[in-house]
Amino acid sequence: MRLVAVAAAVLALAGVGTAAAAPNPADLEAELVCPTCKTTLDQSDAPVARRMKAFIRERIAEGASEDEIKAELVDQFGREVLAEPPKQGFDLLAWLLPIAGVAVAAVAVGALAWRWSRGRTPAVEEPLDPDLERRLDDELARFEP
Amino acid sequence: MTGRAKLVGQIAAVGIVAALLALLGWKVLKGNEDSAGVGEPAPSFALDRLTGDGELSLASYQGKPVVINFFASWCLPCKDEAPILEQTWQRYRDQGLVVLGVDAQDFRADGRRFVERHGLTYPVAFDGKGSTLGRFGLTGFPETYFVARDGTIAAEKVVGGIDAGENREKFDAGVEAALARQ
Repeated sequence: MRLVAVAAAVLALAGVGTAAAAPNPADLEAELVCPTCKTTLDQSDAPVARRMKAFIRERIAEGASEDEIKAELVDQFGREVLAEPPKQGFDLLAWLLPIAGVAVAAVAVGALAWRWSRGRTPAVEEPLDPDLERRLDDELARFEP
Repeated sequence: MTGRAKLVGQIAAVGIVAALLALLGWKVLKGNEDSAGVGEPAPSFALDRLTGDGELSLASYQGKPVVINFFASWCLPCKDEAPILEQTWQRYRDQGLVVLGVDAQDFRADGRRFVERHGLTYPVAFDGKGSTLGRFGLTGFPETYFVARDGTIAAEKVVGGIDAGENREKFDAGVEAALARQ
């Protein structure tokens, strides 16, 4: 009996640990855009932005998840309310293309650097003219104490 | 790098910059063309009804003068002008005039409450995403447009509440122009 009680307590604690935390309104306001002024909600005091902030708080109080709230706002105002494109479907390109661009640029720069370093011929040191060398030694000898 | 490869690279770079500039110019010109001017065809649209099922399209009112009022429930001047729009609808509907509300960038439920609270009986469409705003050249809420029977813009739009200052005269003149033009 005691074993069952302990197991139940452990399961209850595990349940508490895995339960999704309520969304933070400030986080959501930073991830959503005011449709009239095109800035994030946390930066906007436009009437529609105030209404959207109130909606977010209402839905959080009702137990809605972050994804549900975002989906409801997208349904009302369109995908333009998302400050960042979703990391799925066609919108994933918006995330992948810059990374691919940087990778391609890094490869191109590396290839050019390698080619440049390989193409350089070492400078050949030509022997100094013996007369000139002698004159140079004489000139330098004049400065020696 | 050979001289030829260098030349190709320079031409490609200049080409990319020229293409970006052309894209910018096209976007700017296109944006200006989209806004509806007097005498030009009104941009067409088909939107969900705010209340009830089905769609409302401007094309469905072809042959009738239409006053299109863009509003939102969160817009204060929209509340003040709502009774005038309803009065206009009641007064001129026998002459064929249609007042068409477009509730834009709004929560649908808020828009419905707005319509109920102000007792609006004219047709109202819902454009939560604001897809029509750019094509009409809207600069804010509310704005009112006048479409003649032939589907062209009949008069200058009224920017701001139609009850405010000179806007009332502009609104009345717009309604008359929409009714008068065949």
